[in-house]
Amino acid sequence: MELISLSTFLNAVSQGLLWSILAMGVYITYRVLDLADLTTEGSFPLGASVVATLIVNGVNPFLATLASFAVGLLAGLVTGLLNTKLKIPSLLSGILVMTGLYSVNLRIMGKANLPLLRQPTIITTVEDLGFSNSNAIMLVGIISVVVIIVLLVLLFKTELGFSLRATGSNPNMIRALGVNTDFMIILGLMLSNGLIGLSGGIIAQYNGYSDAGMGTGTIVIGLASVIIGEVIFGKKSILRSLISVVLGSILYRIIIALVLENGLQPTDLKLISSVVLAICLFLPVLKEKIIAKNINGGAKKC
Amino acid sequence: MLKISNISKTFERGTLNEKKALNGVNLHMKEQDFITVIGGNGAGKSTLLNAIAGMFITDEGKIEIDGNDVTKLPEYKRAKYIGRVFQDTKMGTASDMTIEENMAMAMRRGKSRTLRKGITKSERDFFREHLKILDLGLEDRLTTKTGLLSGGQRQALTLLMATMTKPKLLLLDEHTAALDPKTAKKVLELTDKIITEDKLTAIMITHNMRDALKYGNRLIMLDSGKIIVDIPKEEKENLKVSDLLAMFEKASGDSIDNDRMLLG
Repeated sequence: MELISLSTFLNAVSQGLLWSILAMGVYITYRVLDLADLTTEGSFPLGASVVATLIVNGVNPFLATLASFAVGLLAGLVTGLLNTKLKIPSLLSGILVMTGLYSVNLRIMGKANLPLLRQPTIITTVEDLGFSNSNAIMLVGIISVVVIIVLLVLLFKTELGFSLRATGSNPNMIRALGVNTDFMIILGLMLSNGLIGLSGGIIAQYNGYSDAGMGTGTIVIGLASVIIGEVIFGKKSILRSLISVVLGSILYRIIIALVLENGLQPTDLKLISSVVLAICLFLPVLKEKIIAKNINGGAKKC
Repeated sequence: MLKISNISKTFERGTLNEKKALNGVNLHMKEQDFITVIGGNGAGKSTLLNAIAGMFITDEGKIEIDGNDVTKLPEYKRAKYIGRVFQDTKMGTASDMTIEENMAMAMRRGKSRTLRKGITKSERDFFREHLKILDLGLEDRLTTKTGLLSGGQRQALTLLMATMTKPKLLLLDEHTAALDPKTAKKVLELTDKIITEDKLTAIMITHNMRDALKYGNRLIMLDSGKIIVDIPKEEKENLKVSDLLAMFEKASGDSIDNDRMLLG
């Protein structure tokens, strides 16, 4: 008996691609800047709300999608300013913005759920070129992921990119070398939430609606993708890390599809997400323990 | 070169832990001065260096570097004048980044960061050449992450990064204290060589009185946030460790903090 059908598998892959944009955003704060940023849970539905509202009001879906990136940047800017200028710890800054954005999203949509029935989306636009719905989704996913990875890899090779990475790795050092780390934190948070907003915007078009509650649990999904990717596919370079994040996101979707196909309900999803992430977070620790045991009773790793 | 006028700093003012870390420090340095700094625990040595580097803004006084008033400038804006090496060998480099990436960032000290390439081909060649000075084989490991280096290698690299762009002022905060004696000696000799050859102006904190006497052209002793002894070059050359101890006791009215200040 097969565990998962081909169509479910392919569906999981394309979903994983679309969600990996969010995961790459989370990667920027969690791994590059070494911050836990919960703005995610507000910026994701923010992107979705903006896309849905704009499309319903007749704006070109590509422009609307770009707008979801732009509003994500703004959300990150607010978190960054709270953190660096008002000196509110990053975790709290994110929670404040996330909470505030819930109301903002309701304002933008005018209600809790805004459907995109029979509206043009970037996916239907690709379908119009002669692709099936599932192929169109896959294509949108592949193109956006490739473009984002290329741009991010290029960015991280610039002086600015070096400074961003060093701000996460050793802020004292890079400040002593003349970089305003507050500015880098703001920039990183903006970029991260820009991608997360964009991801929300695309997912809304994939789902066919935007919902005020769709942000709940997104940080867990993002972190799970980052960590699954790292543990399984490695993190030698930035390119490798980003590809790992994308593969991690896809694998996460496959795991979810597997458990859903085998008896659990969609309402169990959030619990499954948390359990999956908890396991992933434990994996590196387990790996260390096994290594330590193998080197004769826990001799120190060199 | 460096002109410090009457700076003071009190931490946690108004609390039980209130600590007057700097108490009216005056210090004038000429170009190519190499000052060694000694003093007991909590004397204010690191605080003085941190004040110069701008890790905090002083409560009173004025700091000028090369004629520029930097008293109110944040740390990152003073960076163009100052190269630093810290005691903790992990402080000087970004451990998740490679040797060449770290050096490239040091090359851009005090310059604005843009979307230009983070590291260029010619820089890479320059780094490879420059690393040979260290004689540690790092020139063949440009793409190794600095987190994988030993403490001594990292400290030598940090020293190179701090001096590569010939800063107006080099601040060394017990930068060999965390190394084993052999490596410490090597890094210290390298430090002296670079400072002499590049004609740098430097301040070096050390807990080793012999080193304080051996290196530099001027020695200052700190106690309770004040400079209590300031010995010029001529006098320093004939001084012995025992003389220093006597001076300390006389100036501070206290016996020396032996477990901290190694007599060498």
